[in-house]
Amino acid sequence: MTLSATVNGALRNVRAWPLYGIAATYAAWEFWRAVNQQGPYLVEPINVLERTYGEIALILLVAGLLVTPLRQWTGVNLIKFRRAIGLCAFFFVLAHFLVFAVLDVQSLGRVWTETVKRPYVTVGMLAFVLLIPLAVTSNNLSIRKMGAAAWRQLHKLSYVAVILGALHYLWLSRGFQVEPLVYLVLSIGLVALRYRHVAWRKQAA
Amino acid sequence: MAYRWKNTLTHADITPKAAYLNRRQILAGAAGLGAIGLVPRAADAQAGLEPNTLEEIRSYNNFYEFGTGKGDPAANAHQLVTAPWSIKVDGMVDRPGDYALGDLLAGLTVEDRIYRFRCVEAWSMVIPWNGIELADILNKVGVQSGARYVAFETVVQPENMIGVQRRVLDFPYVEGLRLDEAMHPLTIMATGIYGEPIANQNGAPIRLVVPWKYGFKSIKSIVRITLTDQEPPISWNIANAREYGFYSNVNPNVDHPRWSQASERRIGGGLFAARQDTLMFNGYPEVAPLYDGMDLSVFI
Repeated sequence: MTLSATVNGALRNVRAWPLYGIAATYAAWEFWRAVNQQGPYLVEPINVLERTYGEIALILLVAGLLVTPLRQWTGVNLIKFRRAIGLCAFFFVLAHFLVFAVLDVQSLGRVWTETVKRPYVTVGMLAFVLLIPLAVTSNNLSIRKMGAAAWRQLHKLSYVAVILGALHYLWLSRGFQVEPLVYLVLSIGLVALRYRHVAWRKQAA
Repeated sequence: MAYRWKNTLTHADITPKAAYLNRRQILAGAAGLGAIGLVPRAADAQAGLEPNTLEEIRSYNNFYEFGTGKGDPAANAHQLVTAPWSIKVDGMVDRPGDYALGDLLAGLTVEDRIYRFRCVEAWSMVIPWNGIELADILNKVGVQSGARYVAFETVVQPENMIGVQRRVLDFPYVEGLRLDEAMHPLTIMATGIYGEPIANQNGAPIRLVVPWKYGFKSIKSIVRITLTDQEPPISWNIANAREYGFYSNVNPNVDHPRWSQASERRIGGGLFAARQDTLMFNGYPEVAPLYDGMDLSVFI
């Protein structure tokens, strides 16, 4: 038995729904630590919580992009977890936005001026907005209603959103920083891989 | 020349050591007893200037030589070697040379200065510094008549500074002031906070403090002071000229491309702290005459 078959077999009876619970618990736990100013939240909890949620969102968005190449390269099939990964990513983006709006800039007027005036906020907000229709249609009913082809087309917006999210991170970092660059390279690479793969398939056919 | 600037706060306003070391624990305990109002918090409520705790001051820092995270300097700065320490004084001075820190400061007066500290990232603290007026140091080495600017340089110890290895900025970190800014009574070289030697992450053993400018102007761990007749290059301006100007005075009316500078968040208020308005020159209007006739939306 190959390794991938072993992994797939082990995952056969694992459900995706606990991921929602884990994500919600984690988000709540970080919030609780921020309220009580524990650990990294000791001094400036607002900024740290904003970053924590944002970075988790980015990690999950990239993880969602990894599902398909992982299956192609290794045979490990995580496709049944992808909706949960994507939706959890959206929830963390939403939490990130709420911390920004309510706790950080603290007024809708400031949310608007920041969005208009600061390119990195503009880009982040655009990624957030792009993810809304994806979150709303992440259910079986929407797939049936829209048709699989149209649904799949719509959900390619996630490619744009991940790259914008990584760009948002890079742009808000001061000086030359490696971490945001890693996310940007990863997200662009993973999206490019899909199109290279499509081109390759067309060539072969 | 010392004591040219008077705090509106007095020695009594500096939080007792027991309180600043563990204000959070005291508050936590007091909250449990429902007696929060009884906790002694030395402060000047009228001026709105309650110094941050030493714990806050030491654990939330920008010192990119030790990493870009706010907690990185506290985690990594212990590797900085601060003794022996010497400062090279050169350029247009009468008595240039490599001064041992103790020799450079010998005979000069260390004062308490409780200053607002405003980061360009729109957060702020109140810090009770112990320092010497820069003017006293400059007068000691003798500024020549043609000098118009002062340039500063931070130490580089690549093996001890993780951020230097990563080349986050073009190190060594350099900063500068116009000579009249440098000679202003508000401008100090700090060697302590709360009466204790300054922590490495706060810029040990000696750093500049220019309270009416954004924090990055207040260069840390200084090893070189150069008097010059040319405006010296400064690190953040080299990294991003559009965003960081030579003057970088705190100015709520001129936005930074990344951050609104109209308001700020005072560190220490917790998760639900309200923003507060940023003051022109960070609340030090006495420096305004330095910029008479200058358009501060142009000379950022």
